Amino acid sequence: MFSRDRWDEILEALNANKFRTLLTAFGVFWGITILVLLLAMTNGLSNGVTAGFGDFATNSMFMWTQSTSKPYKGLPKGRRFNYDINDVAAIKSEIPNLKYVSPRNSLGGYQGANNVTRGTKTGAFQIYGDYPEYIYQQPMDLLQGRFLSYSDIEAKRKICVIGTGVVKSLYEKNEDALGTYIKVNGVNFMVVGTFKMSNSQGDKEEDANTIYIPFTTFGQAFNQGEDVGWMAITAVDGTSITDMKQQIFDLMKSRHKIDPTDRAIGHYDLSEQFGRINGLFSILSFVGYFVGALVLMSGIIGISNIMLIVVKERTKEIGVRRALGASPWSIKSQVLQESLILTILSGMTGISFAAIVIYVMNTILDRVGPVENFANPSVSMNVVFTALIILVVSGVLAGLIPANSATKMKPVDALRIE
Amino acid sequence: MISIKDLHKSYHMGKNSVHVLKGINFDVKEGEMVSIMGSSGSGKSTLLNILGMLDEADEGSYTLDNVPIKNLNEKIAAKYRNEFLGFIFQSFNLINYKSALDNVALPLYYKGMNRKERTERSMHYLEKVGLAQWSHHLPSELSGGQKQRVAIARALVSDPKVLLADEPTGALDTQTSYEVMELIQGINDAGKTILVVTHEHDIAQMTKRIVNLKDGVIIDDSVVEQVRASAHV
Repeated sequence: MFSRDRWDEILEALNANKFRTLLTAFGVFWGITILVLLLAMTNGLSNGVTAGFGDFATNSMFMWTQSTSKPYKGLPKGRRFNYDINDVAAIKSEIPNLKYVSPRNSLGGYQGANNVTRGTKTGAFQIYGDYPEYIYQQPMDLLQGRFLSYSDIEAKRKICVIGTGVVKSLYEKNEDALGTYIKVNGVNFMVVGTFKMSNSQGDKEEDANTIYIPFTTFGQAFNQGEDVGWMAITAVDGTSITDMKQQIFDLMKSRHKIDPTDRAIGHYDLSEQFGRINGLFSILSFVGYFVGALVLMSGIIGISNIMLIVVKERTKEIGVRRALGASPWSIKSQVLQESLILTILSGMTGISFAAIVIYVMNTILDRVGPVENFANPSVSMNVVFTALIILVVSGVLAGLIPANSATKMKPVDALRIE
Repeated sequence: MISIKDLHKSYHMGKNSVHVLKGINFDVKEGEMVSIMGSSGSGKSTLLNILGMLDEADEGSYTLDNVPIKNLNEKIAAKYRNEFLGFIFQSFNLINYKSALDNVALPLYYKGMNRKERTERSMHYLEKVGLAQWSHHLPSELSGGQKQRVAIARALVSDPKVLLADEPTGALDTQTSYEVMELIQGINDAGKTILVVTHEHDIAQMTKRIVNLKDGVIIDDSVVEQVRASAHV
């Protein structure tokens, strides 16, 4: 169908009125550019916002205690209670489909007093008592050594894993932190690993200024006993933590003699928040597609329109061609192919142009550093292919009406047109 | 070569219908050069269009080179036109963005001939009409007479059975007309069957037979002594 002769024919026809061809092509060019840019922007926004979640396992929730608000079974309201290590065991044994249940305790924190010293250096850091599986919920890159292990938990070893921020403030440059000791609230801990958060935004500083020690050591060293500050709970893939959390709350309430309707358990459902934001972005990208497609459509209508005019202008030429032996199909397919080529060429140019714009945007973003809620605007190859398919289909559609009108007229009438 | 029996054709415009051809009977033998004359409205162009398969008759039969021409769909009509007929128009009808050579090659393109052969053949016919050195010029760079020569080359290039010329000299001055007629006579001398529609007597006299149409019927069909166009050039 696309012989070299046909190419020549098409290029000749398109060349015959360059300015008009260019203007027509611009409609589609602009449409596809807008479409791709809109999708890239949506993607950038989505990348930016989801980066705020870091790498934290999103099918998770955090659960802590609050004071009770209702009297229950002879107990007064306003009572405070604590989770303990047995609650963790109970959740693990009674609630199915949970991947990780990590009890946690913490010390220090935002604007806290200096709590860690090493020689003459001191610093204020966030200290967490954790179980080894916490690293699966909050992925981090271990730069040196290792994370906590179960033998640390059992032996209540006084070891710690420290963030890059801690290393920076307590150690000289090029000094090896592994095997050294730091003093946390007067208790010596040996450093067995250093880490940095792999992909988180915003909280970078805080993350880097974090020290992890075994949960059991924490309880003993800092007088927490078996109390659990809060828990990070992750459901297995395929089950939603949002659907399961009520079960967990009910279990906790019954274990701590709390009215089932009480709000005494505080929680933050990461999965729900994440889902909400994901939902927002699917709507945004739908809007991107929708608006982009509309703009593209106006470009395509432009092509269709111009092809109609071209066909009308060339009525006589078409009549001559038919008198010389052109079959209706060869006329039709030429019009179709002209519109197809015009659409695809201008579409490809549009996609390339949009790619350049995206590239420039990324370069600028790289240069100025992270921008809040916006990162790496990009489109996947899938989007590009989808756009191309849309182009091909619409090119054919744009040519259909003009192609039919080209052969509707009898050759004798077409020849009579002046 | 051409045989037409009892051909009728009417045009309908709204409620009015015009009976243009009212029973035409007409035969053309191979190698003849026939002119069809008549005032405007006599039906001569309609007849030529039917002969050229650009239009269809309402009634009657039409046989071209022993092939009955009836119930044609556009695809077959296009094929027949390409194989059997060469058209020469009053207004040349060259495609203005194609060079003379490409214009001539167009029927061969629709025949499906490959490029090389097409170019060779078209060049050969351009030489025949004396325009070899103009092969790469656009129609807008040619004079009227040259354009008609290109059109004649185009009509001949696919070696059709019959050449149909609709007022071939209508847009040309007298001198150029005679030059074109000389060329057409030469083609006829080589054996090609040619039909010329004209309303100019001097042009008609340059054919071998004149068919006179009036109000849709043939009123006169006579063989004439051919005037050689070369005598006027």
